[in-house]
Amino acid sequence: MLEFPFWKKLWLWGLTLAASVLALPSLFNVSGLDWPSSLPNPQVNLGLDLAGGSHLLLEAKADDIRAQRLENMEETVRQLMRNAKPRIRIGDVSTGEGRLSFMLDSPADIDRARGLLEPVMQGANLTREWDLAVVDGQRIVLTPTEAGINAALDDAMDSATEVVRRRIDELGTREPTIIRQGDTRIVVQVPGLEDPEALKNLLGQTAQLEFKLVDLNALPENVQAGIAPPGSQIFPYAPGTPMAGRFEAVRRLGGIRGENLTGAQAGVDPNTNQNVVNITFDAQGGAKFAKLTRENVGKPFAIILDGQVLSAPTINEPILGGSAQISGSFTPESANNLAIALRSGALPVPLQVIEERTVGPDLGADSIRKGLLAMAIGSLAVIALMIATYGRFGIYATVALVFNVAMLLGLMALGNFTLTLPGIAGFVITIGAAVDANVLINERIREERKRGRKVVAAVETGYKEAGRAIYDANFTNFIAGVALFAFGSGPVKGFAVVLVVGLFTSVFTGVTLTRMFVAGWLRKARPNDINI
Amino acid sequence: MKLLKIVPDDTNIKFLKLRIPFFVLSIVLIFGSWAAVLVNGLNFGVDFAGGQEVRMTFTEREQAPVASLRELVGRLGYGEPVVQEFGGPQSVSIRVPLPEGAEDTPGAATAIGEKVIAAIAKQYPDVRTDGNDTVSGKVAGEFRDQAILALLAAMAAVSIYIWVRFEWQFGVGAMFALVHDVSVTIGLFAITQMEFSLQIVAAILAIIGYSLNDTIVVYDRIRENLKKFRKMPMSELLDLSVNETLSRTVMTSLTLFVALIPLLVFGPPSLFGMVAAITVGLFIGTYSSIYMAGPLLIWMGVTSNSFVPTESAIERQEKVARGEA
Repeated sequence: MLEFPFWKKLWLWGLTLAASVLALPSLFNVSGLDWPSSLPNPQVNLGLDLAGGSHLLLEAKADDIRAQRLENMEETVRQLMRNAKPRIRIGDVSTGEGRLSFMLDSPADIDRARGLLEPVMQGANLTREWDLAVVDGQRIVLTPTEAGINAALDDAMDSATEVVRRRIDELGTREPTIIRQGDTRIVVQVPGLEDPEALKNLLGQTAQLEFKLVDLNALPENVQAGIAPPGSQIFPYAPGTPMAGRFEAVRRLGGIRGENLTGAQAGVDPNTNQNVVNITFDAQGGAKFAKLTRENVGKPFAIILDGQVLSAPTINEPILGGSAQISGSFTPESANNLAIALRSGALPVPLQVIEERTVGPDLGADSIRKGLLAMAIGSLAVIALMIATYGRFGIYATVALVFNVAMLLGLMALGNFTLTLPGIAGFVITIGAAVDANVLINERIREERKRGRKVVAAVETGYKEAGRAIYDANFTNFIAGVALFAFGSGPVKGFAVVLVVGLFTSVFTGVTLTRMFVAGWLRKARPNDINI
Repeated sequence: MKLLKIVPDDTNIKFLKLRIPFFVLSIVLIFGSWAAVLVNGLNFGVDFAGGQEVRMTFTEREQAPVASLRELVGRLGYGEPVVQEFGGPQSVSIRVPLPEGAEDTPGAATAIGEKVIAAIAKQYPDVRTDGNDTVSGKVAGEFRDQAILALLAAMAAVSIYIWVRFEWQFGVGAMFALVHDVSVTIGLFAITQMEFSLQIVAAILAIIGYSLNDTIVVYDRIRENLKKFRKMPMSELLDLSVNETLSRTVMTSLTLFVALIPLLVFGPPSLFGMVAAITVGLFIGTYSSIYMAGPLLIWMGVTSNSFVPTESAIERQEKVARGEA
């Protein structure tokens, strides 16, 4: 037990010092010193609760994706049937209950219709995205499959994450973390953010831009009462626009989406002095837009953003240049926000903030200062208590404790773990609990001495007998630590990390290192009695 | 140098003599805690109740205008806000409950936060927003489920570990001790109405770990003594084991205690509840190791024979071989 050959000492010291040295860059950082840039620089990450910043949990409205898929399918079906030669006439189209159903005018067309639909029901990777059923020989019912919905959701979430990243990059913040979580969530963490409101406004905007023809046949009183004529939809005017509070009926199909944009810039219209957003379509979008405006000169079309009408200007002449101007009673900020959102692409699905945590930078710095002070006082108290109680053995425990804290910090830097506010509490608890191993060992040595064992035998028995309880106790703490880690949000995870890594370092320093110290002393001094 | 001896050598305190009154007390404490939770309820923070919590500092005032803030935020019409001083006289925490029907529109809570901050900033230009937590009803519900699951899983897992390492009676004893510690800690939060948040659950999980430290040290000594003193009556043996490990128990509690107190006094105010829970849990855990985990062993019939399974196993095999079993 007390044999420490040279190679073993070398190995133990090497491990201890290597792990401890890793803590130096973080310590330099906290105390405001400059770590030489030529050296490797592993750092303990500071959690948002210490560094300041915003944490947002965004959730997609999965229902919107379902609805949108049905709408897209409806448009596809209409187009396929219209373009079929000879044309297949359909009617009674409905998208209720999450299914798309329509009636063929002639039952004889059923096989042709099936043949046309077959390719569009197949998704990528040969998954079947829609099920087709024929009811009463004349009605076709298309039901989205679970696999199809999941694939669509997965796609939408991937591109939503990408869009969120682009938008945050436009804000010019440093080192944002954007991670998809689960099926419908995205975690956004932005350290040191000055204005969390701007971030939320930007992410809350879906930026689905649509251009749809106004339904001129709709009766105004029906429109204001919210009753849509067949084939039309009713949208409210956006708050803040001159028509706010009123509604507009637009043709459901045949409009275009603002997906094919190559640019969007906020600007001021020189004629009206209004804030506007200038958009530029790509070739495909430009062609579509040109077609829409050419065919509908003299008619009004509605510019709809996220389900709200911004304005409904009349098309005076075809717009062929591939660019357009959107006005909608913007402020300079809201025009700029919309431009950013449009530039970075529309979110394929609306996102809403379901959890937000923001900490100001002052509070974080204050927490670190207070935490360090408490840690320093606590450590001194523990050290004083240990030395007063166990003398020389207490000094060994103290040295082990110092290495314990250094190694814990070093390993956290190495693993790139995050130190949070509860993590500071974890450090203090680790300091208080780490000496438990030494207490157990030293008490046992005391006991064995009282029973009359010789010094070396007492020390050996002390380490051996106490080892069992130390092992069991730390293992149960480890189990609790795993439960802690599995539970809860970032700050609590930070607590768990400190506790669990601290278990390993405190067993190593408290048992292995102190045994080496004690063994070295016993060999050299060969005491007949020990003061413990 | 004369060394400090906190616990004198060779103590012989008859802890187990009072095992019945103390055990009754423990049971009363457990049920009392549950009753307190049922009657008072827990003062859930935004983590578990959902809603909005804003922490603000009034930089140019001696004292934060708590009463007028309460009125100001109350007038916004989101229900009765909880406005408390937080960490210093200039700082407050303002909690606004989740609006009705917010389960359906998770975005609602965030919108309220903006309005609360804007309304206060308009009235008090010197205010600094230190932090802002918004949790929707949906996320709060998930946190509640996770918290209950984590507590139950941790208690079950460590009890099973004790069962494997010792004997089933020890596992049951540890489990009861943990139920006691967790119940009483939660009960204290119900009585004091201190805010119950994610951090408090983290504290309780940590308590589960440290309370077991004590239990394990005592159990380990009981096992050792059971092998050593085959003829000693169980209650005497428990007393001996507790006394032998007493100086360690006191010393370890003390080192943790002196480390935690500065954190309680000088530490960041946001950690106060968590550290308070751990500090109190430390004492509850030590108590339960002696008065819950120990006596239960007697009543579950642990004897020295519990730890000599090899012999009886061989005997049983022989019996099976002879066709007697």
